[in-house]
Amino acid sequence: MPLQKGDFMKFGIVVFPGSNCDHDCYHVVRNVLGQEAEYIWHKDKEINGFDCLILPGGFSYGDYLRTGAIAKFSPVMNSVREFADKGGFVIGICNGFQILVEAGLLPGALMRNRDLKFICESRYIRVESSDTPFTRLYKKGEVVKFPIAHADGNYFADDETLKRIQDNGQIVFRYCDADGEVAEEANPNGSLLNIAGICNEKRNVLGIMPHPERCAENILGNTDGKRVFESIINSF
Amino acid sequence: MLAKVYITLKNGVLDPQGKAVQHSLESIGHKGVQDVRIGKFIEMKLSDMPKADAEKKVKNMCEKLLANTVIENYKFEIV
Repeated sequence: MPLQKGDFMKFGIVVFPGSNCDHDCYHVVRNVLGQEAEYIWHKDKEINGFDCLILPGGFSYGDYLRTGAIAKFSPVMNSVREFADKGGFVIGICNGFQILVEAGLLPGALMRNRDLKFICESRYIRVESSDTPFTRLYKKGEVVKFPIAHADGNYFADDETLKRIQDNGQIVFRYCDADGEVAEEANPNGSLLNIAGICNEKRNVLGIMPHPERCAENILGNTDGKRVFESIINSF
Repeated sequence: MLAKVYITLKNGVLDPQGKAVQHSLESIGHKGVQDVRIGKFIEMKLSDMPKADAEKKVKNMCEKLLANTVIENYKFEIV
């Protein structure tokens, strides 16, 4: 149902112990885009009335064992899975992406960066698909710049999975240089195929390592990420 | 009883940490180290139960939480 005038989308932002980008997401949704936003504590089992769920960045459970490994068993995750199964929009950013792959909502795994370092800088990424609710306001092939901030963003999947997500157009963002060349030198973390973001087969779940919420308003000097959120609203 | 779980990266999954350690070993004079793979060792104290039950239990733990079978192999022993 398209949004009517005066209607707002309601975003739920899941807060795990150790999440630290939850407030940034809340701010963008609420103050930059003027939509409704509410935090969801990870122990909540019932989540109702949300139109989009955001799994924000951070270090849930201190990244113990593996990033996202413990968060995937938080009580809220069953509801997140049900919500996604029904076609609800779910976006996992950074640690949220790590949780989604651990939970099996997205294929593959995110491993320690190739150079074993935490990387915090802005990187160019290329929009590989505008055929998702999260990227419909971007042009396919468009080069944008998003900040990354992670130690475990090295995307891995076995050959068969990699082929499948390629064939299905599930690769949504890839690291590239300023000219849009997807080169090994432009790969910050060793991700296979320079993958920075993927979606599920139904295209309603997106995982992305770079942070769109950190580049969504003028005062931050970069608004390249704003259209991720605008796309979601536009898709609703 | 004790469960000892060994988790290693699958063959074909790059292990940059192992590579760095291999180079470091070479730099302090250890020749002939062909490859280094770094993994995890988890030791768990379990209540006494038949060994077959313990094996079933630990396998389930590995599949669900202790290892990520997309990138890791596991093996364990119950002692």
